[in-house]
Amino acid sequence: MRTKGHARSELAAVVAEPFVRIVGVEKVFSSRTRAALKAVDNVSFEIASGEFVSIVGPSGCGKSTLMMLVSGLIPATRGEIVIETSRVNRPYANLGIVFQRDALLEWRTVLDNVLLQADIRHLDRTKFTPTAVDLLARTGLAGFEKYYPWELSGGMRQRVAICRALLGNPSLLLMDEPFGALDAMTREQMNLDLQRIWLQDRKTVLFITHSISEAVFLSDRVIVMSPRPGRIAADITIDLPRPRKLSMREESSFGRYVAKIRETFQSFGLLKED
Amino acid sequence: MATPAVPIGSPGPAELAPLGTRASSSYLYPLIATVVLFAIWELATRFGNISPLILPAPSKILTTAIDHFPVLLRMSAVTAYEFVLGFLLAAAIGLPLGALIVYSRPIEMTFYPMLVAFQTIPKAAIAPILIVWLGTGIMSKVLIAFAISFFPIMVDTIIGLRSSQPETVYLVRSMGGTPYQVFRHVRFPNALPAIFGGLKVASTLAVIGAIVGEFVSSDTGLGYLLLVANGELDTRLVFACVLVLTLLGLAFFFAIEAMEKVCVRWHVSARQAEAAASGE
Repeated sequence: MRTKGHARSELAAVVAEPFVRIVGVEKVFSSRTRAALKAVDNVSFEIASGEFVSIVGPSGCGKSTLMMLVSGLIPATRGEIVIETSRVNRPYANLGIVFQRDALLEWRTVLDNVLLQADIRHLDRTKFTPTAVDLLARTGLAGFEKYYPWELSGGMRQRVAICRALLGNPSLLLMDEPFGALDAMTREQMNLDLQRIWLQDRKTVLFITHSISEAVFLSDRVIVMSPRPGRIAADITIDLPRPRKLSMREESSFGRYVAKIRETFQSFGLLKED
Repeated sequence: MATPAVPIGSPGPAELAPLGTRASSSYLYPLIATVVLFAIWELATRFGNISPLILPAPSKILTTAIDHFPVLLRMSAVTAYEFVLGFLLAAAIGLPLGALIVYSRPIEMTFYPMLVAFQTIPKAAIAPILIVWLGTGIMSKVLIAFAISFFPIMVDTIIGLRSSQPETVYLVRSMGGTPYQVFRHVRFPNALPAIFGGLKVASTLAVIGAIVGEFVSSDTGLGYLLLVANGELDTRLVFACVLVLTLLGLAFFFAIEAMEKVCVRWHVSARQAEAAASGE
């Protein structure tokens, strides 16, 4: 399956430039009080336009750091990241980010939180209000525009955070374990909702998760990272029909992908079974 | 599609609230406690063989306050002017200074140790010097009220501005936000609960500062009147001054708390007060 991934990216290179190109990226955190920490080590991969790519890896493997590097919010120590044709040295203009913590602004209503980007970019918020209301309706939050974040459940809050990221119709969506803090049922619902939203306009998505089955369920491609310093251990194309259903997770084809990723984890010495 | 859950925190019907958690009880409880306290005090002075020179009865204090109402009002105006002005000065300097310290490491390194050292000086000890410098008029009292109340405002501003969730800052930056926008949309609103904490502490300290200044040297104000009454062994008037001073301090504190309720309705502390009032 690795070869298949390569074939695909080679083909993409012929047809069009990849949307995101990560070349030999390394990140070292240095601090005056502690030893330097290499979080990401020589990572290279590409994301095609409209592709849903997940990164899975053990906790602390640098997958969140990698997302922060792609976002342009922190600089790489070595290597480069190119989005479209320009090298990333500050946040890409058409970016949406969702973090594990919803990071809603408690003093803003649901609607005002979704409209945050319009305020920051000095855009006419009345033009974006219908979009915001529509996004909220699409994620099952119709009628909650005037509520404050503290009046919502964890899953509802995270959906507001997703709407906020989608407001500017971003061409690149970065998601850092967005459903990690949710209970299992809500998480499954959010996976279905995200797939449905993604299928509507197929944005390019980089999705960080520690859940193997979530990665397989959502992605076109799953990249497996090794423990720190994070390197790419496997790049697996998920060839399953869409829209995917929750019941597909019990099928053998789904199970083979999950098993393959788990084997990669076990090759690191993780997930030991007696 | 998931059906939206019933929002948590919507106020329940007050009729179902257990007795003693209704909105009115937030006034009722302190009122009962105050009335009981004063009743015990009244009875003790009437039947306890206590000299009115040492402890006058509350009823006598009240009648004295009413008899001396014009002078008390005039003196109150002076003292209130001093502590309100001192407090406003403390806010006008403490808030920006706190922000500067958060945003500039050199300013923090230069001034912060000095400011902490200044805070550890008992203000009553330097009050005589300030009076020598500024004279016995109102300005010396304003400055003492300022000196005593500015530190909590500055410290709480620093704590508040530093307590933003990193993700919220990243988020605004990822949208191309400038440092000023991060301040305006994230750091400052997020700091407001802490800032109001500092302002409330400062409001009570400013009253103390004004009185300390008046005690050292003055010819007007409630502190002055209190000293004069004390010199004449007019214990009733002393207590009347204390009573008026307490009411002034309370009014000032609650004025700031009312401002806080308007500015930070979203904060946990405001929500808890609301929930308690609605009986949840």
